[in-house]
Amino acid sequence: MSKELFVQGNEACALGAIEAGCRFFGGYPITPSTEIAEDLAILLPKHGGSFIQMEDEIGAIGAVIGASWSGLKSMTATSGPGFSLMQENIGYAQITETPMVIVNVQRGAPSTGQPTMAAQGDMMQARWGSHGDYEPITLSPSSVQEFFDFTIESFNLAEKYRIPVILAADEVIGHMREKIIIPDKVDIIKRVMPKEKPEEFLPFKAEPTGTSPMAPFGEGYNLPITGLTHDERGYPDTSSPEAHSKLITRLCDKILKNRENIVSIEERMCDDADIILISYGAPVRSIFTAVDLARDEGLKVGSIKINTPWPFPESQIATAAETAKHLFMVEMNLGQMVHEVERVAGNKAKVHLISKIGGELHKPKEILSKIKEIN
Amino acid sequence: MVEKSLNKNISESEENNLNKTAPKSENKNPEHPYIKYLRKDRLPHIFCNGCGNGIVLNSFFRGMESAKMDLNEIAMVSGIGCSSRIPGYVKCDSLHTTHGRAISFATGLKVGNPDLNVVVFTGDGDAASIGGNHLIHGARRNINLTVVCINNNIYGMTGGQISPTSPEGSFGTTAPYGTTDKPFNLSELVTAAGASYVSRWTTVHPLQLSNSIKKALLTPGFSFVEVISQCPTYFGRKNKLRTPVDMIRSFKENSINKRRADKMEDKELIGKIIVGEFVNKPRAEFSDNVCNLSMQECGKKHATKSAYLENSENL
Amino acid sequence: MRKEVRIAGFGGQGVILAGIIIGKAASLFDEKNAVQTQSYGPEARGGASRTEIVISDEEIHYPKVQNPDILVAMSHEALIKYMGDLKDKGILIIDPDMIDESEITEFVEKHKIKLFRAKATQTAQKDIGLKIVANIVMIGAITNITGIVSYDAAKQAILDTVPKGTEDKNINAFELGYAMDG
Repeated sequence: MSKELFVQGNEACALGAIEAGCRFFGGYPITPSTEIAEDLAILLPKHGGSFIQMEDEIGAIGAVIGASWSGLKSMTATSGPGFSLMQENIGYAQITETPMVIVNVQRGAPSTGQPTMAAQGDMMQARWGSHGDYEPITLSPSSVQEFFDFTIESFNLAEKYRIPVILAADEVIGHMREKIIIPDKVDIIKRVMPKEKPEEFLPFKAEPTGTSPMAPFGEGYNLPITGLTHDERGYPDTSSPEAHSKLITRLCDKILKNRENIVSIEERMCDDADIILISYGAPVRSIFTAVDLARDEGLKVGSIKINTPWPFPESQIATAAETAKHLFMVEMNLGQMVHEVERVAGNKAKVHLISKIGGELHKPKEILSKIKEIN
Repeated sequence: MVEKSLNKNISESEENNLNKTAPKSENKNPEHPYIKYLRKDRLPHIFCNGCGNGIVLNSFFRGMESAKMDLNEIAMVSGIGCSSRIPGYVKCDSLHTTHGRAISFATGLKVGNPDLNVVVFTGDGDAASIGGNHLIHGARRNINLTVVCINNNIYGMTGGQISPTSPEGSFGTTAPYGTTDKPFNLSELVTAAGASYVSRWTTVHPLQLSNSIKKALLTPGFSFVEVISQCPTYFGRKNKLRTPVDMIRSFKENSINKRRADKMEDKELIGKIIVGEFVNKPRAEFSDNVCNLSMQECGKKHATKSAYLENSENL
Repeated sequence: MRKEVRIAGFGGQGVILAGIIIGKAASLFDEKNAVQTQSYGPEARGGASRTEIVISDEEIHYPKVQNPDILVAMSHEALIKYMGDLKDKGILIIDPDMIDESEITEFVEKHKIKLFRAKATQTAQKDIGLKIVANIVMIGAITNITGIVSYDAAKQAILDTVPKGTEDKNINAFELGYAMDG
């Protein structure tokens, strides 16, 4: 039987993790994400899972990566300061192709900033936060139901592409309560054991999907996992330009070549729109209301809700730039994803930014008046 | 010039060139009894001549065998540094992680699969400097890990900088006038943090060391074996102990057993290396506690390898 | 119709829980849509505490309250702090024992506010013998005065939320609040 609950976004995330098969959480308390840890501290032991409060966020993500290699679906949840501390090990998870989920409930920043207020200032950190070249997958929920659904989707993408998936939520969605429906059955992607015998298995030989099956520790595969540049056996190869190029290109390509399979957006009333409002996360709620207000006044305004900021929905935004005259990026920072919109739109459409920082969601009327300024 | 070429010998970027240019061994002697535990296709290793890592690895295998433990049951985890390169040569599952973080990765691995005997190879810089917090919290939790800390009092991988265990007055490239910092006493630190088993030996105590490693492997809790080891390339050269033999001799001359040292005055112990067992007192272990909580709350052991199951309901 | 509700008081009065129960009543038991939000951090420690609920038959996009249709005040400080943006002709429910009415008379008249009084704290203390159920008494009063949630839904949401063993006292508190004539 499906179940209806009236819960906080953070609680929905914890419930989604359990449904997705997450059986390990390592974390460190930080506002405004702490409820995810608190709820999983209750839920995990009831589902045969393990919960550890680690000594800091660096240790938290380390434990999560270790648990993933033991054969568990694993996650952590944090906010900006903790997300900053995790960056080095996010790169480690990238190069070792370790599936895991990192939830970042974004708050006002930089530094300690506004612990209890919403922001979307970590979007470029989600993209580029660790050193070196890599392609992340990042999802941003706009409702409590989506925080539940996207948590499951994050685990599925993590397993499918063997990648640390970043769930970039924000304080608004993390803390507000709405009804969620937990379906009877949730589609989850399980991890796949290699078909080869241990002595024949090459742990980093890519299949056509771009990655390889993942054997766990303790099954006789003698996996040599390292953060150094490595060959298909996993052996370090740190001085060959070809080896490095081959590995890093493959890791990026497994996401870039699957961009259209990963990307998710939702268009509303874009067909006849001269103006398209684009957003992700909590401000999506504001642009939807703003579109209704604009349509009431006879303005041809539509909206695009981006569910996957990374990889960026390039072709979808490019199409929007061809049909609309103006694209407005609405985000809770001083302009981050807007640069992606500008890059993709080129000179096909005029790109505008409606930014807001300080912790409050854009008011729909503020957006409406910005739209009117161009007319 | 000499310094430069030495530095180059162990730098990461040259590792593979070394592999490629090393002459094939024509040795007709019987194979070393522990070579079977190594990934032969990764040899020769990157360690300098006279490095203590080989003695420690030998002692580890001897301890493992006398503990009647199979290498298949062992997973190794390490951080960054010369000692952290050891697991990569061993034919077992290994996780060569980021600098200082090995114990946190090992914590997740052990809790995720308590059947694994998880061994951490680390060094003084890795465990006591950048990873100091994870070290004391691992000991506090008393998670069942065996941590072998090869303490050579210097950063070898990066070319001879002082570490948190460098003795006062010793020299390194970042202490050209001699360090004035007080070093950590790692075994005492880890004992105070709550470890179940702690011992310290030097590379001139291979038998005692392998015996301690055996005990550490069999102790169901956080076990810490500190090995004072020689880095002739950097510590020795900077500190008037130019050859491996000089360093080994100084370990031999300055080692003093803990039982004897306990009866001596502090000033008599200046410059001495106190060796022996610091603690051997098992107590409630962390991954057991996690498992017990699962038993209490859902009537079954906590899940292992559940990522490979189809349906989360069956976990 | 979109209705915006704000409940405010001081920390410890259970205003947040009252907001959760009303949101739950609307969304799970009245089959409407509801979003509940609340104050956090320094704002929520000590001092004034606040929860807001948006209830609508349609999908709720913008989740925050802009101009409440209904303001419920359980402390004077919270009333003064959160009264300003109440809609003209909006509903204001106060706990008269916690509030100095003389300070708001002018505001109420100027904005044609419909003022109701619900002695939630006194009722909880005297009739139930438990000061902490004042918030549940207030839910009863809100349900009766505004009809924002149905009687049955409010009761079900209370039963779904309060700790086991406290159901009777809480339902009693709700009934007493519901029976108040404001």
